Amino acid sequence: MRIRYSAPYLFLTPALTAIFVFFFIPVIAAFVISFTDFDIYAINNFGTARFIGFDNYKALINDQLFWTSLKNTFYFVIAAGPLSIAISLGAAILLSSKLVRLKPLFRLTYFLPVVTTLVAVAIVWRFIYHPRFGILNYFLEFFGINPIDWLGDPNWAMPAIILMAVWKNFGYNMIIFIAGLQNIPEDLYEAATIDGANGWQKFKKITLPMLAPTTLFISIITMIGFFQLFAEPYVMTQGGPLNSTLSIVQYMYQEGFRWWNMGYSAAIAFVLFLIIFTGTLIQFKLQKSPEA
Amino acid sequence: MLSKKVILYFILITGGIITLAPFVWMLSASFMYDGHANVYPPRFIPDIFTLTQYEVLFQRLDIGKNFINSLFLSITVTAVSLFFNSMAGFAFAKYRFKGKNKLFNLLLSSMIIPAQVTMLPLFLMLKSVGLINTYMAVIIPGMANIFGIFLIRQYVLSIPDSLIESAKIDGASDFRIYRSIILPLAMPILVTLAIFTFMGTWNDFLWPLIALTDNSMYTMPVALANLMGEHSKDPELMMAGSVVTIIPVIIVFLALQKYYIKGIMMGSVKG
Repeated sequence: MRIRYSAPYLFLTPALTAIFVFFFIPVIAAFVISFTDFDIYAINNFGTARFIGFDNYKALINDQLFWTSLKNTFYFVIAAGPLSIAISLGAAILLSSKLVRLKPLFRLTYFLPVVTTLVAVAIVWRFIYHPRFGILNYFLEFFGINPIDWLGDPNWAMPAIILMAVWKNFGYNMIIFIAGLQNIPEDLYEAATIDGANGWQKFKKITLPMLAPTTLFISIITMIGFFQLFAEPYVMTQGGPLNSTLSIVQYMYQEGFRWWNMGYSAAIAFVLFLIIFTGTLIQFKLQKSPEA
Repeated sequence: MLSKKVILYFILITGGIITLAPFVWMLSASFMYDGHANVYPPRFIPDIFTLTQYEVLFQRLDIGKNFINSLFLSITVTAVSLFFNSMAGFAFAKYRFKGKNKLFNLLLSSMIIPAQVTMLPLFLMLKSVGLINTYMAVIIPGMANIFGIFLIRQYVLSIPDSLIESAKIDGASDFRIYRSIILPLAMPILVTLAIFTFMGTWNDFLWPLIALTDNSMYTMPVALANLMGEHSKDPELMMAGSVVTIIPVIIVFLALQKYYIKGIMMGSVKG
């Protein structure tokens, strides 16, 4: 048979050229820029940017606002991540129960926030959190809870964003968990029942271990997504009040595209990359150790 | 057994109400006159039904233009990236060539790099060739993506080699095989990827916010966020804007949800 060497390269060229030129080169360029003082003057004349070594990274260490954005983002990831995963798992288990009918309807309902435009729902939630007219405070009043100034109080603004993010995202992981649950052989549960295991024991000894690979995957994609927090604070709080919701990406955006400190902004972007990379490694390690 | 069932339904229905309440309120407030959503207790049904807010959006604020921008960009990015990704996915699945595995692994492992890292240089690149604030600024970074190539490759792997071999014996060219055998057989994954890409482009915010600088060029999410600056005290108008932004993605999702959900499951079972 004739071997056509050129064919695969022709098929690959358009996609790989696009990825190379508009993804890989920018990644390398960003790395280089992070070691320069690239600013508004350099935008029109690249030649004016100078190499300044690690100065941007050193400056970050002493930048109070950067630490605030780091702290806020970690707060968001550490709270919203496990919370949304736990709710996803809970919903998936309930929807896998044989007692429940109309499963597709429930699944569809829970999934709806996932597909909707983040900016649009963030705006909806901004009004839901209105201290006087918002529907959240209205509902909470039934339980005797006094009105909370969700987005105006520095202590409540981040929890408000976390709550909204959980509502928006749990449906996605729920779908993946449902698929994972379907792959657990039914006879494992039957054998456990015969041995007299109760529901909680079955959950702990069968469901959780069997779901471990799924959970690892979900933890990683959720973490990567949540570290990129941007639109919610941009729309709902602009990073306030008192910078209590300023995120890393938002700080990067402000430095780079509002003040045009592109060298500094590139350094922030690389710190974000480093954090995501480390986070992924840690989760792989945790998963491998027996007690996790 | 009955009580267990009752508890189960109670939790599921409560969850459903919580999930849907924001949408119900959004829809209801969008049909109210100015100030009618700023009341206590909140209304879940408009006291007087009106389309005023939608008229303001489309006539005075010209949001139709932004809607067209979003629609055009989402469709274009979907078409172009589907074409590029499917060719690359086919090549990775069905050809043997030098450095294939290394190249594929390099692509896969670079998926961990957050897109934000590329945005500064991308902006500078596009600015230096005068493409900032044009449609191309949004289309260019979306032309191909690694996840799409991966998804298509996984699917095409399952197409039997014998089909390709017999087409070759019949004298079909490589492109002919791609067009007449691979594409039709890979249709389910192409539909899945099309929905992902369409929705992803429609919903995207940060990059269009950076790359588009003029109101008439804005996509819906950027226009909406911009509108929020001036109308933060007008929930009725903002809810109408949110409804208009969300409706296309909801329609696409409801029409093609099976493909969408399958795609999520496929993406999650990678080796």
